[in-house]
Amino acid sequence: MSLIKSKLIQNITEANPHLFVRDVERIVNTIFNEITQSLAEGKRVELRGFGAFSVQHRKERNGRNPRTGETVHVEEKYIPRFKTGKELRLKLNSNVNINTSETRDE
Amino acid sequence: MEKTTTRSTLSEAVFKNVGLSRNESSSLVDSVFDEILKSLITGKDVKISSFGTFVVRQKKERIGRNPKTGEEVPITARSVVTFRASNVLKSKVNSKNKISQVQ
Repeated sequence: MSLIKSKLIQNITEANPHLFVRDVERIVNTIFNEITQSLAEGKRVELRGFGAFSVQHRKERNGRNPRTGETVHVEEKYIPRFKTGKELRLKLNSNVNINTSETRDE
Repeated sequence: MEKTTTRSTLSEAVFKNVGLSRNESSSLVDSVFDEILKSLITGKDVKISSFGTFVVRQKKERIGRNPKTGEEVPITARSVVTFRASNVLKSKVNSKNKISQVQ
């Protein structure tokens, strides 16, 4: 089972009893709208300890329809990327390998 | 205009939109990401509709190579997080950039 936005909102409301669900909804929506807006403007979003979102450019190219072998033109495009932050990366594996001296892995 | 968006940009937006104090806005921004982080650490994916999904994937151990020395080193099994952007986010990122390029 995964954590979905409504459950995230519920958890935060329970931890902050003085707030209403609709306040927390606005908070969570504001955060993700702001990130989306920044990326739409081509800006990077850096969240210390969590990770960074960025926009990458993909050049136009000639692709091929794998089924028919037909050549199709693919326009240039921009795609959102996420890179896991150091703290999150380490925490994900903290219970697996405590003793292995963590070497650079990028 | 700032070039990079950070936690402080986000808490300023929360402060303006929600009407909480600056301090509380910033601590709530932190708790949103803490909550997501906690879920990912326990191996649970996080789905934010119209934004994207953070997926935890298990990677098996494999043999890597030190690119400088050519030496073989084992890369231990590990969990990694990947982000899959929603179609809404993808199309927003694409269209706005295109417009600003034309101008």
